Amino acid sequence: MAKQAEKKNLESPADLEQYYRDMLFIRHFEEKCNVAYRQGKAGGYMHVYIGMEALAVGWMHSIRKGHDNVITAYRDHAHALLLGTDPVAVMAEIMGRKAGTAGGKGGSMHIYDPKNGMFGGWGIVGGHIPLGAGLAFASKYREDDKVTLNFMGDGAANQGVVFETFNMASLYELPCIFIIENNEFAMGTRLEYHAADTELWKRGAPFGIKSERVDGMDALQMKKDAQRIVDWVRKEQKPYLVEVMTYRYSGHGAADNDRQLYRTKEEEAENLKRDPIKRLEAVLIERNIANEEKLEAIDAEIQEIVEKIYAEADASPFPDVEEVYDNIYSDMTVEQGH
Amino acid sequence: MAGSIEMTYREALHKSMLEEMDKNADVFLMGEDIGRYEGTFKVTKGLFPKYGHRRVIDTPITEAGFAGIATGAAMAGLRPIVEFMTMSFSILAMDQIINHTAKVHYMTNGEVKCPIVFRGPGGAAKQLSAQHSHSMEGWYAHVPGLKVVCPATPADIYGMMKTAIDDDNPVIVYENPGLYTVKGIVPDDPEFKIPFGKAQILREGKDLSLIGYSRMTHVNLATAELLAKEGIEAEVVDVRSLLPLDTETIYASVRKTHRAVVVYEDWRSGGFGAEIASRIGEDCFDDLDAPVIRVGGLNVPMPYARVLELQCIPDENDVLAAVHKLK
Repeated sequence: MAKQAEKKNLESPADLEQYYRDMLFIRHFEEKCNVAYRQGKAGGYMHVYIGMEALAVGWMHSIRKGHDNVITAYRDHAHALLLGTDPVAVMAEIMGRKAGTAGGKGGSMHIYDPKNGMFGGWGIVGGHIPLGAGLAFASKYREDDKVTLNFMGDGAANQGVVFETFNMASLYELPCIFIIENNEFAMGTRLEYHAADTELWKRGAPFGIKSERVDGMDALQMKKDAQRIVDWVRKEQKPYLVEVMTYRYSGHGAADNDRQLYRTKEEEAENLKRDPIKRLEAVLIERNIANEEKLEAIDAEIQEIVEKIYAEADASPFPDVEEVYDNIYSDMTVEQGH
Repeated sequence: MAGSIEMTYREALHKSMLEEMDKNADVFLMGEDIGRYEGTFKVTKGLFPKYGHRRVIDTPITEAGFAGIATGAAMAGLRPIVEFMTMSFSILAMDQIINHTAKVHYMTNGEVKCPIVFRGPGGAAKQLSAQHSHSMEGWYAHVPGLKVVCPATPADIYGMMKTAIDDDNPVIVYENPGLYTVKGIVPDDPEFKIPFGKAQILREGKDLSLIGYSRMTHVNLATAELLAKEGIEAEVVDVRSLLPLDTETIYASVRKTHRAVVVYEDWRSGGFGAEIASRIGEDCFDDLDAPVIRVGGLNVPMPYARVLELQCIPDENDVLAAVHKLK
């Protein structure tokens, strides 16, 4: 039995290369987001996923894309891109353009693509967690066999409404996976300064939710754990809580330009040693799936793709000012003027 | 032609939801004590035995949590009706309603709809004191993305609740505990609906306009009776829908009578009646023979003692006094 399960979880070389490409794409895409921000082409709050790529890659490869639901907070580019959202539309949204996923009304924090199962993109820490449970509630109500991935950061794990949702998700037996992306910081406040018990995975237990802590810096391990949990939830139709240990290499948001206020350079250097992209590179080489030249070629190819995305998004127009009134409601508008 | 039946506001509301649940399997109810306990104000009585726990869902006492879960379910295409035991408790769910529910359609640029109804009694009941007596319709009517209605009669709650359930946008149906026992004639027609954004003239008059909504419409009707004895003909405008707001009907009345008194139970300062008064002043200035007067609730937390509580809520005497000041 154990052997069979192991076999099922063993990815093909093509799978491994795909995970690698996905992580690298997110990395380069977001490096370009940072460029856009520095150039004043992106504004507001912008939060990148750099360092955490293995986490989203593992989970998104474990669900049925376009069938299952995904919802997350404002660090949301990776989730949308991996679900198949048009990257030009994502970049255009970040730049506040008409061609953006929300026509420039949402920005970096609010990327939506419901056709691909992406339900945002939310800006209030922990506030979207009941919405995610609500998506799962609808699945239960309709018996449509969907699983909902409900992502949050470690900071959100303290919000009252999150505990309210844990209780109801368990009470109503919702097929919802609560995924705490524990990158060790709630903005600039380190885990041990914001959480009375830093083992956040334990927070499912009082509500009878099956819970565990896993490693999110190793794409292959993440994929294995994610697949096992997604399969369990789909079969059992009950919630699950997973604390995924990860680390963000960049600041909390684009406006966080002094990370030394809350962590040392030595700590960052130490964590760079477990860069999930480098880690998978080593596996690809070790298993003879790629050599240095091939990796360099992939990198160059992806950088070129990202450049094209950026150029296309940047060439697209801003929204027309009249659009400000569009879509407040589905069937009416508001009184116009100041 | 369908006939009509006399029933209470509570019965009309109940009937409206029941008929819509029969029509559409996506409609479900969620709230505190609405199922097995039959609802604190008994609006949902009998629905749990009929539809079971799948469609009549008792929730824990966690307003933010269930408002959010219902919102998520609406984003997935279901049509939840969420009851707040009293609207004062919806304050706990304000982040969900204002910062999430009301933003879904705009932030997704119309990609995701949010067909949800939040309903419940707000305003003073009887000696529920400071924490259970809020009139918050103005708070919600302040928010683009929400629709807010305050029906005053059994026929209106029947027809407007159906419109709310059928609406693809979030709707706040703001009831008042004092209305549940009010009786009226309701069309015997399951397809009966009242569109939002339409005020109605409940009594015609030429001397002044008494403008209000929810229970204050009944106070205005009673005041008009008293004024008639003095030889003053008051027109009673029942606003019904705050967002969207039918300024056309309100202005037409003011242009006819040239005097306006706006009556609302909410705190006088900053309540929705102040918005109506301000608009009349802005758009009907040349038609007015006197300043627009507001009659609102006293600007104090609602006290417990009945004599103090009654002091806070506008009644016929307060409106009458305001009208006399107009001269």
